[in-house]
Amino acid sequence: MSTLELDTQVDASRMEISDEVAIEISDMNKWFGTFHVLRDINLTVNRGERIVICGPSGSGKSTLIRCINRLEEHQAGSIVVDGTELNSDLKNVDKVRSEVGMVFQHFNLFPHLTVLENCTLAPIWVRKVPRKEAVERAMHFLEKVKIPDQAMKYPGQLSGGQQQRVAIARSLCMMPRIMLFDEPTSALDPEMIKEVLDTMIELAEEGMTMLCVTHEMGFAQAVANRVIFMADGQIVEQNEPHEFFNNPKSERTQQFLSQIIGH
Amino acid sequence: MAGLSYVRVEMLPEREPPVSEVGLIGWLKSNLFSGWFNTILTLISLYFIYALVSSILPWLWSPTWAAQSLNECREIVSDLGKEHGGACYGVIRERWQQLLFGFYPDELRWRPILTLILLFVALAPVLFTEAFPAKMLWFTGAFLFLAPWLMWGGVIWTPLLVAAGLVIGFYAFKFSAGAIGNLAAIILAIALPILWWMFAIGPISQGLASIIPFGIEVVESRLFGGFMLSVWIGVVAIAISLFLGVVLALGRQSELMIVKYLSVGFIEFIRGVPLITLLFVASTLLNIFMPPGTNFDIILRVMIMATLFASAYIAEVIRGGLAALPRGQYEAADALGLDYWKSQRLIILPQALKISIPGIVSTFIGLFKDTTLVSIIGLLDPIGLTGSIRADANWNGIIWELYGFIAILFFISCFSMSRYSMWLERKLRKGHQ
Repeated sequence: MSTLELDTQVDASRMEISDEVAIEISDMNKWFGTFHVLRDINLTVNRGERIVICGPSGSGKSTLIRCINRLEEHQAGSIVVDGTELNSDLKNVDKVRSEVGMVFQHFNLFPHLTVLENCTLAPIWVRKVPRKEAVERAMHFLEKVKIPDQAMKYPGQLSGGQQQRVAIARSLCMMPRIMLFDEPTSALDPEMIKEVLDTMIELAEEGMTMLCVTHEMGFAQAVANRVIFMADGQIVEQNEPHEFFNNPKSERTQQFLSQIIGH
Repeated sequence: MAGLSYVRVEMLPEREPPVSEVGLIGWLKSNLFSGWFNTILTLISLYFIYALVSSILPWLWSPTWAAQSLNECREIVSDLGKEHGGACYGVIRERWQQLLFGFYPDELRWRPILTLILLFVALAPVLFTEAFPAKMLWFTGAFLFLAPWLMWGGVIWTPLLVAAGLVIGFYAFKFSAGAIGNLAAIILAIALPILWWMFAIGPISQGLASIIPFGIEVVESRLFGGFMLSVWIGVVAIAISLFLGVVLALGRQSELMIVKYLSVGFIEFIRGVPLITLLFVASTLLNIFMPPGTNFDIILRVMIMATLFASAYIAEVIRGGLAALPRGQYEAADALGLDYWKSQRLIILPQALKISIPGIVSTFIGLFKDTTLVSIIGLLDPIGLTGSIRADANWNGIIWELYGFIAILFFISCFSMSRYSMWLERKLRKGHQ
């Protein structure tokens, strides 16, 4: 398993998991037309948990975390985020969205705005933060992701890794209590993956509740307190990372792990 | 292995490029005379250009500015012994004011000229956002009400009361949105100003005028004409159709069924009908539907039709821009908690409009040239005026000079629009990289 080790040391002192429930998903089902993408999903996430979701493509893992901020609508069951149930009430949806940060595979930065404007836009227009304060906050988080000097550039002028770090900073500017990562490193060149993962590790060290769809198994081992394996729209296996990687119970999991780590 | 190893001891200095890469001869050689076939094509093209220019230039060079009639022109030209004939500029000298202003009273022509100058002032902060302060937009807003007053004249109260209609709409929305919901409030905010404009403005404005009779002389619509009329209809239709087009494009993508199908129905109907039929509806049919005795200004009616026509096309152009945006942009805006209007205004439309600039400007240029169609329903735009000028015994039979002059006026306007759009595209592209 040596290939999985990250060279970064993770400081676990502040990575505490509280008893408070952050996300409660019960008997959730979703269909795309007639295709049953998510089947009877039950998942409880406590505050401070760092969950990595993995599985073969088409297994519904992205759809699952996109349901948590209602980029996708579920058709049956319930999703409660921070005590707010996601239903057709737009007020609830907006409330959840402003408290849940999301980082996408393709960054989805706004190309017509500078890096700084990308970061201040939502705080100013959604949270009504005064502009000056929003700029200070944005610079704080841009420093945190180590690119304050790029603040005045446009996203198109940055490398992929830098763009993804801006995307993380943009989410953090909304002071989210939960962060969702949808394959944040899949679109990056190998040498840029580490800088994004380092940023995510730093976030985890500060106790952020994180759900992360990724195939970075080194990250999962170092940071996650729980790894979930999905296949065919169902949660097949979940365990703490050491057990998950060294002693997978189900055949599907073993097969999947042997494919991604085998070589 | 010894043969493979090589180490450069001395670095080579830069050398002059060969003649073919620089200078006039190099350029000619690579662009016009590369190979015998291209050389022949170049020579043939040069001959054509020479033949064209050598027959047009003598025609253009014709000292007929002072001529009083076409016959006089012909005499001057034949005295010079020109074999291809010559242009007769006398008609332009005699009629250029009419071609520009129609029958707008001479002593009041400062008003359309002032309006045009103020139009440029009002457009400056919109077209060149970086060079002019955003505060100038206040003037742009005021210009919307000032311009019709300057053009048509009347008491000062009318434009002020028309503007007050918008304020009424705004406050109607603001105070009712909480009580009756957004959609109902929007309907109220549209209905109240329309009622105000239709029924309240006339009496109130008359009443105010009898107390403080401040106003400028009224100029009736039938006196409007010439290039001024084209610009007047064109500018109003362009300004309003951009706004309407955005609304229709968003409406067409809306998830609200009624809004969506109303937008689709409107767009497809308008695009399926020639502009000329809409203009005929404006000139004849519309009066039948109006209550008897109301006199709905013909220019206003034409403006409305031209605006509706252009807005349907603009809507489709903008829809293309909206469709070209990656889904991720919508998702990122949603994920940050921006509501529909904010994400449209801040994220989606700025990008969609940028993509649509070439299409939007093409539509505007087309619309501006289409304003000449109003000559068919009897308005005296430049084309409409040519009829009466050519019917004049002095100028009977003149064609090229008259239409050429009008063509130049339109070309200058349309070419400027086209250059502006290219400049804007370049500027925005640089910004975003």
